[in-house]
Amino acid sequence: MNRYPLWKNLLVVAVIVTAIIYAMPNLFGDDPAVQVSAGRLNSVDLQLVNEIESSLKQAEIPYKGVVLEENRLLIRFSEADEQLEARELIQQKLSSEDYIVALNLAPNTPAWLQSLGAEPMNLGLDLRGGVHFLMEVDMNAVLKQTLESYASDIRILLRDKTIRYTQVNVENGVLTFGFREAADRDAAIDEIDREYNELEVVIDENAERPTVTINLNDTIVRETQNLALQQNITTLRNRINELGVAEPTVQQQGQDRIVVQLPGVQDTAQAKKILGATATLEFRLVDFESDVQDAVNGRVPANSELYYHRDGRPYLLNKRVMLTGEHVINAASTIDGQSGSPAVSVTLDGKGARIFSNITRDNIGNPMAVVFIESKVETQTIDGEEVSVRRQIPEIISVATIRDQLGKKFQITGLDSTTEARDLALLLRAGALAAPIDIVEERTVGPSLGQENIDQGFASVMIGFALVLVFMIVWYRLFGAVANLALAANLVLIVALLSMLQATLTMPGIAGIVLTVGMAVDANVLIFERIREELRLGNSPRASIDAGYSKAFSTIADANITTLIAAIVLFGFGTGTIKGFAITLTLGILTSMFTAIVGTRMVINLVYGRKQRPKLSI
Amino acid sequence: MHLLSKETNINFVGIRKIALAFSAILLLISAYSIVTNSLNFGIDFTGGTMIEVGYPQAVDLGEVRTILEQGGYEDALVQNFGSLTDVLIRLPVIESENMAEISNQVVALLQSEQTDAVEVRRVEFVGPQVGEELAEDGGLAMVYALIGILIYVALRFEYRFAIASVLALVHDVVITVGFFSLFRLDFDLTVLAAILAVIGYSLNDTIVVFDRIRESFLKMRKAEPLEVINTSINATLGRTIMTSMTTLLVVVALFVFGGEVIHAFATALLIGILVGTYSSIYVAGTAILLMGVTKTDLMPPEKDEDGEVNPDGSQV
Repeated sequence: MNRYPLWKNLLVVAVIVTAIIYAMPNLFGDDPAVQVSAGRLNSVDLQLVNEIESSLKQAEIPYKGVVLEENRLLIRFSEADEQLEARELIQQKLSSEDYIVALNLAPNTPAWLQSLGAEPMNLGLDLRGGVHFLMEVDMNAVLKQTLESYASDIRILLRDKTIRYTQVNVENGVLTFGFREAADRDAAIDEIDREYNELEVVIDENAERPTVTINLNDTIVRETQNLALQQNITTLRNRINELGVAEPTVQQQGQDRIVVQLPGVQDTAQAKKILGATATLEFRLVDFESDVQDAVNGRVPANSELYYHRDGRPYLLNKRVMLTGEHVINAASTIDGQSGSPAVSVTLDGKGARIFSNITRDNIGNPMAVVFIESKVETQTIDGEEVSVRRQIPEIISVATIRDQLGKKFQITGLDSTTEARDLALLLRAGALAAPIDIVEERTVGPSLGQENIDQGFASVMIGFALVLVFMIVWYRLFGAVANLALAANLVLIVALLSMLQATLTMPGIAGIVLTVGMAVDANVLIFERIREELRLGNSPRASIDAGYSKAFSTIADANITTLIAAIVLFGFGTGTIKGFAITLTLGILTSMFTAIVGTRMVINLVYGRKQRPKLSI
Repeated sequence: MHLLSKETNINFVGIRKIALAFSAILLLISAYSIVTNSLNFGIDFTGGTMIEVGYPQAVDLGEVRTILEQGGYEDALVQNFGSLTDVLIRLPVIESENMAEISNQVVALLQSEQTDAVEVRRVEFVGPQVGEELAEDGGLAMVYALIGILIYVALRFEYRFAIASVLALVHDVVITVGFFSLFRLDFDLTVLAAILAVIGYSLNDTIVVFDRIRESFLKMRKAEPLEVINTSINATLGRTIMTSMTTLLVVVALFVFGGEVIHAFATALLIGILVGTYSSIYVAGTAILLMGVTKTDLMPPEKDEDGEVNPDGSQV
C-alpha cells in the first residue's frame, strides 16, 4: 500500500508547521538598542523608563520603543548613530554604580511569535563581533595562599600551647616548621594533628634540625582550588558588569580555566586590563623609627619591609597589613577637594571600618601608606619549556599622616590621572580576584568582519542550496522536486531547532549547514537509485517505490549513524567554534533522516498513491 | 537525466592493482611530504598571535614589515589576506612579555606609525600550552572517531569490513593531510574539523558500498567474491557519484563564496571528498577482497539481526 495513514500525514504537516513558526523569528532582524540593567542595589522600574524617555525626548534622539523586561530595559533605535548618542546620554544621566548601560541588539520578533516562545538563534562572536577569552587561574598561587594562611594559624596555635619553633617556610607547595628540640617537634605534631586533621604532617628526616613538613590532602587542595575558581568567576562577572557589556558569558571550563565572552566589545586592551587586573590595595603603617637608608643598603629591620613610592622614594613599612581591599564595599572616583587631584572615595564594610578606626585612633600623627600591588605575567623559557612567570609589583601610591580617627568612609589620593582613579574604583568595587589569572587564548572578531561572515555564510548556504535544487530536478525530475521540498523543509527544521535550543550559530556552524545541504539529499539519492533499479528489474512502479524506500532504509541508517559518530566526537573535542560545526552537522543528519525518508514518502504517496499503474517521473 | 541509466559493469576490482599502485604512490608522496615538510601548523596548534587588520586603501606590505621590525617584532610574518587592503600579521610565541597584550601593542604601533584608520578585523592569540593541548586533543579526537567507527562497523557487519573501512579512512586522511603539507597550506583548527567531517563523509560512502556487498553476497550465492564486490560497486555507482556531486557543489559554493576565513576548511573538504569518493570505489572493496571475505563469513547473519532480514536478503 502506497498510502500513509492520516495520522502520519498530519504528523509530518504538524512538524513542518511548527518548524516554520519557530524558524520565523530569524527573518525579522534586529534593532540597535541600549540596554540598562540594574546594579547590585537597584532595580529597573517604570519610573526609570519615564526618566530615560523624557531625557531622550529632551535631547531629541529619536527612539523606536522601550521594553521593560525582568531585570533590564531595552531602548530600541533605528540607527546605530542614535544608539551611540543615546548611550552617552543615558550613561551621563545614571550613575555607573547603580546601573549598567551597554550596547545591545534587540530582536524584532513580533509579539505573537514571542508569546509562543519563539526566538531567533544566538549569533556567535565570529558573526556579531566580540571577544572570547580563555583565562587560566594560577593554581600554584592558590596553594601558596592557602598554605600561608595555615602557617599563620599554626603559628598562633603553637604560641598558645607554648611550643617553640625556630622557622616557618612555604616553598614548592609544602609548609615546613623547624624546631630546636625533637620534643617540641613531636608536641607540635600532636597539636597540629588534633586541630587540623585535614593536614598531612610528616617528620622531615633529611633536615639537619627537627623539622616537620605539612601537606594539604587532595580533598582540601581540590576544594580550595574550586573555591578560588568560583570566586574568580564571581569577581570577573562583577568586573564585566562594570564594563557595561550586554549578555556576557562567564563559564568554568575544566578545572582551572574560565571562558569569558564579551559580544560587541571593541576595546580589547581595556577589557584585558580590567579583567586580568590583580591589583589590590593594602594599607600599612610607615615604620618611621628605623633608618630607610640602612634598609636600602640591605639591612631591613625584622618587622618591616622596603617599598618604593611611585616617585622613586624608598619607605619602610610595617610588615603587618592593617587592611586590604577586600573590606571595601564601595568605591567611586572623585576629585580631592583640597588638592584638586584625582582621588578615590572608599567605603568600608563593618569589620573593615572597626579595624581601621581602632588602628587610626592609636596612631594619630603617624604616617600611613597606601600600597597598590599589581602582578604581571611574563613568558620565559625554563628547561626548554615555555612557562608563565608572575611578578608582583608593589608600589606606594600615597603616604599621608593620620590626622583623625578614620571610619567607614575616606579618600585615597596620589593617583596619576582620572582614568587611573576610575579603574582603581572599578576594581575595588568589583572585588579582588581570589587568585591571579592569565589570558591563555583570545579570539576577537571586529564588527565589520562579523557582518561579512554573516553575508558570506548566507550567500554560500543559498548558492549551495540553489545548485543542489537544480541538480536534483535535472537528474530525478518530479522525484527530484520532491527531494528539493524535503531539502527546504530540512533547512527550516535546522534553523527552527537551533532557535528552539537557543544554540549559538557560528561560521563553522554555517559551514555545517552548507555541508548538510549537500549530504541531506544523499538519503533521497539512495532511495531514488533503488527505485530506478527496481524499475529496471521490471517491477511495477508501486512495488518499486515501496522496495526502494524499504531497501534503502538500513543503508541510510548505517551511513548516517557512522557520520553521527564522527560529529559527536567532534562535539566532544569541541573548542568553542568547532562545537558549532558539530551541532549543525548533528542536527542536520537527524532532521534529514526525517525529511528525506518520511517527508518525501508522504509527498510521493500523495502524488502516485491512488493511481493503479502510475508512470513515474524519475 | 539518466547518465548511468544502464546498469554499469565496470571492472573496478579487476583493475585493483592499478588502483592500489595509484593509492600507494599518493600515500608515499603524502607520507614523505608530512615527514620532511611537516605541516604548516596555524597558531591554533603552535601558539602565537595572529592579527588581521584592514586599511582604508591598499597598503604596502614592505612598509608594514619595516614598522614591525623597528617596533621589535622581527619575527612577524606579514601577508595580504583575501584583498589588498587586508593584512594578516603572524607572530610566534615571544618570550618575556605579556603575550596576551602583544596584539594591542602591535595595533597601537600600526595606528601611530601609519593611520588611525587601521581597523582590527580579527585577533587570535593562543598561549603555547593551549596550542599543545589543542594539537593533542585533535589527534585524540581523530583516534576516537576511528575507534568508534571501527566498533560500529564491526558490530553491524564483520570485523574485516571494519578494518577495510578504517583502512580507507586512514587512506583519505593521510592523503588530505599530505595535500596540505605538500602545498604548505595553513593547517588550523577548522582544517582539523574538516578532516573529521571527511572521515564521516567518506565512511558514509564506504558503508553504502559495504551494505550492498553484504546484500549481494547473500543474493548471489554461487558468485565469486570478486564478482560480488564488482557488482555491488557498480550497483551503487550512480548513488556514489550523485552524492559526491551534490556535496561537491555545496563545498565549491563554500569555497568560492564563504570568504577567506573558511577557505582552508573548504579546501580540506574538497580534497577529502574527492579522495573519499575514490577510496570508497577503489580502495574499500579491494581491501575486503584482499582480506579474503567469502560468502560463508556472512552466511549465518548475526543472530540479533536475524529478525530483520527477509529471505531475499533485503532488510526492512
